[in-house]
Amino acid sequence: MSAVAGAGLGAAIGRSLWRRSGLVTFLLLLPPMLWLGVVYTGSLFALLAQSLFALDEFSGVILYEPTLSTWRQFLSEPSNLDIVLRTLVMAACVTIACAVVAFPIAYLMARYAQGRWKALLYVLVMLPLWSSYLVKVYAWKLILAKEGAITWIFGQMGLPWLLDGILAIPLIGGPSLSVSYLGMFLVFTYLWVPFMILPVEAALERVPRRLLEASGDLGAPPGMTFRKIILPLAFPGVVAGSIFTFSLTMGDYILPYVIGSSRLFIGQVVYLQQGTAGNVPLAAAFSVVPIVVMAIYLAVARRLGAFDAL
Amino acid sequence: MTEAVRFEEVVRSFGRVRALDGVSFSVADGEFFSMLGPSGSGKTTCLRLIAGFDRPTSGDVFIAGKRCADTPPWERDVNTVFQDYALFPHMTVVENVTYGLMVRGVDQRARLDKAEAMLASVALGGFGDRRPAALSGGQRQRVALARALVLEPRVLLLDEPLGALDLKLRQQMQGELKALQRRVGITFIYVTHDQGEALAMSDRIAVFSHGRIEQIGSPRDIYDRPRTSFVADFVGAANVLPGSVLGSRHPVAIRPERLRLGEGELQFDATVAARHFLGAGTRLEAQLADGTAIAALLAETDPERLPAEGAVIRLGADRASFLELAH
Amino acid sequence: MRYERAPAGLTIAAVLGLLFLHLPMAFIFLYALTTEDKSYQFPPPGLTLQWFAVAWSRQDVWAALGLSVRVAALATLVAMILGTLAALALVRARFFGKETVTLLLILPIALPGIITGIALRSAFGIMEIPFSFWTIVIGHATFCVVVVYNNAIARLRRTSGSIIEASFDLGAGPWLTFRHVVLPNLATALLAGGMLAFALSFDEVIVTTFTAGQQTTLPIWMLSELVRPRQRPVTNVVAVFVFVLTLVPILLAYRLTRGTDSVAGSGK
Repeated sequence: MSAVAGAGLGAAIGRSLWRRSGLVTFLLLLPPMLWLGVVYTGSLFALLAQSLFALDEFSGVILYEPTLSTWRQFLSEPSNLDIVLRTLVMAACVTIACAVVAFPIAYLMARYAQGRWKALLYVLVMLPLWSSYLVKVYAWKLILAKEGAITWIFGQMGLPWLLDGILAIPLIGGPSLSVSYLGMFLVFTYLWVPFMILPVEAALERVPRRLLEASGDLGAPPGMTFRKIILPLAFPGVVAGSIFTFSLTMGDYILPYVIGSSRLFIGQVVYLQQGTAGNVPLAAAFSVVPIVVMAIYLAVARRLGAFDAL
Repeated sequence: MTEAVRFEEVVRSFGRVRALDGVSFSVADGEFFSMLGPSGSGKTTCLRLIAGFDRPTSGDVFIAGKRCADTPPWERDVNTVFQDYALFPHMTVVENVTYGLMVRGVDQRARLDKAEAMLASVALGGFGDRRPAALSGGQRQRVALARALVLEPRVLLLDEPLGALDLKLRQQMQGELKALQRRVGITFIYVTHDQGEALAMSDRIAVFSHGRIEQIGSPRDIYDRPRTSFVADFVGAANVLPGSVLGSRHPVAIRPERLRLGEGELQFDATVAARHFLGAGTRLEAQLADGTAIAALLAETDPERLPAEGAVIRLGADRASFLELAH
Repeated sequence: MRYERAPAGLTIAAVLGLLFLHLPMAFIFLYALTTEDKSYQFPPPGLTLQWFAVAWSRQDVWAALGLSVRVAALATLVAMILGTLAALALVRARFFGKETVTLLLILPIALPGIITGIALRSAFGIMEIPFSFWTIVIGHATFCVVVVYNNAIARLRRTSGSIIEASFDLGAGPWLTFRHVVLPNLATALLAGGMLAFALSFDEVIVTTFTAGQQTTLPIWMLSELVRPRQRPVTNVVAVFVFVLTLVPILLAYRLTRGTDSVAGSGK
């Protein structure tokens, strides 16, 4: 039987596409790349370019002449450095805490759970991951409030002095958990843990069971197998997860606003500078920080093989 | 006989690698033609060029006498049985088999009739409503065959179709495939790395190595008169010896089963290195005076009557058994 | 394969972790029923269902909900088209700059949302585009593309590449192949990606604050209530509602892709 005779416009288009497979890729990529490559990246560059302008201090109008004065203002103000450091330290602490909370869950999922249990665990991790960010923040606002559940629990256990003691610790404490770094740290960890669990689980899943048995055969006690085999192999997963936990913490401005003290984080400064202060150039200069940090982070993560674990 | 497929000086390179390096051959209508070679030798690339999944970097491919560089796969009168079968997982067996008829606009009644007849001829009658996932490897292989054959193509391309089957099923399918090809009279172009399979089924074989064809010929030709040491060694086993044995400038090959103990027009000394009992015979490994390893396959199995390890023996064969190689 | 029992310590740690992830949500439900409307007093002095009725009759909530649903629907549609195209283009092609293209796709989620938000806002400002329904959609679609893309490409990678060649081989051109082979194999993954994109857009607040201007989506309404509470229990009721509403597409997405590929966080 003879194959379909090629006639008509459709057939002609099909044939010419086949002759140039590169053209197909190009045509398919054109719309998404116009959106992300032109609109989105264009906006990013527009933002970065803004940091090279400056706000006229008297009129409060942005002068569209290239100048480094915004950057000078940004770098010469010591409190700005504090803000950056504060944000990065918080992001690092949250990332570590997420890894610690996530690991047992991921390990249980990857190595012990099977069938229905595995499916259930999977759903239990996926639900909080995708459910509403604001609702989650809101739930913690309720829990951490001075008159809220945590205070009540400490009271019922007869330990109100312990909570007061913790809150009295300088730096991390505050008048109540809902306006302290400690509270913020708790909520950040809560928010981003699922983002850590899934890549770690995926990495652990890829550790062949035979490898663990081989290590056992070679006389390694379980603890040693864990340290020498499982941890190194799970590490790319942890790095992959940390991309999210770090980036999400660094850019968040709502949580430090809702649960936090008056000491600012990068996200808040960006928000305030571009909003109420109307100083878009300074906001742009501030937003360079997370971009640069994430660029370095992604480069290092790629070195460590984290992209395969994504 | 007319010509089904012809390659003229075809080159296909991927970056700096030349997967095909100037390949020319032609396949006659109704022929069972095998392309044999180790993986990466270019045989599958040839198949993809015929199917139209790939285009030559230079040179020409002809199907039924027509240059087909600009013909996409869906307009070629050629069908393929894929190595992984490539059955559509979301369709039933019947839907798979009628797919090609459907896109050609054959009406539904005729489609189902043809598919049923085709499935019956590959012994899959009654399996039409199953999904590919519910079939065994051998059954999937037959569905893939039926799906391609139902279109009655000019040429059927088979890419290691038996590779995923176990030995017993393989041997059975070899016979069935050959019989099927005789029956339908369609040109088969068969890619394999299994020399036994190629020898058993083919009218002619092309032996591939490093993107070139080393030799084309009938199974007997290839086995009895290999042109190069690669062919001699890849198709069956062969001892490749320096040409000095025959007084030739080129190397010579001798099949282990042709060597005799102390017999033949040409004889030479060898030291026995090892003896392996094979059941039907004994394989003797020995070394020539210059250190060249040589193997002989002897019918004798009685250890008493075989030379001991370390013994110096005379191995020989008739002059005609020595094959002079081009290189 | 051998499956052994998990050590008790591991199980306890994991259970504690999971409780940490799920207990807080219980408070949302509890507080939606409290009779106390001036503070977050725990335990609630009394329980009532009246706030559901109050919330039901609030026009501002309904308006915000309507806007959120419309934005999410359109952003999802755009993301599904763009994400599918990108996945089809990238699954087998090899070309110079492919890594850059992949990076571009994940950039909107790898960078903090505030960067995406402020960048789009300043671009709108420079181009003198006034804030509108469309500016919110543009922001949302930007970060939803990758969700669909991830789902689609995971499925395509699992789909044997030779079935497309098989379809060509059997006489179907690109369009018929797409319709009869690619799309049916991709459908559930696309649907799952769409569901997740919808949930993501429906919840989004960070980018939205920069691209919404004076408009109020449901998350923006919640945020303003969070910062300046007016009628706390109504906010609680809305929170319950949002939580339940986003649960549906997430669970559906999970069902659609179960056993085939991991939807996962691959990409939020």
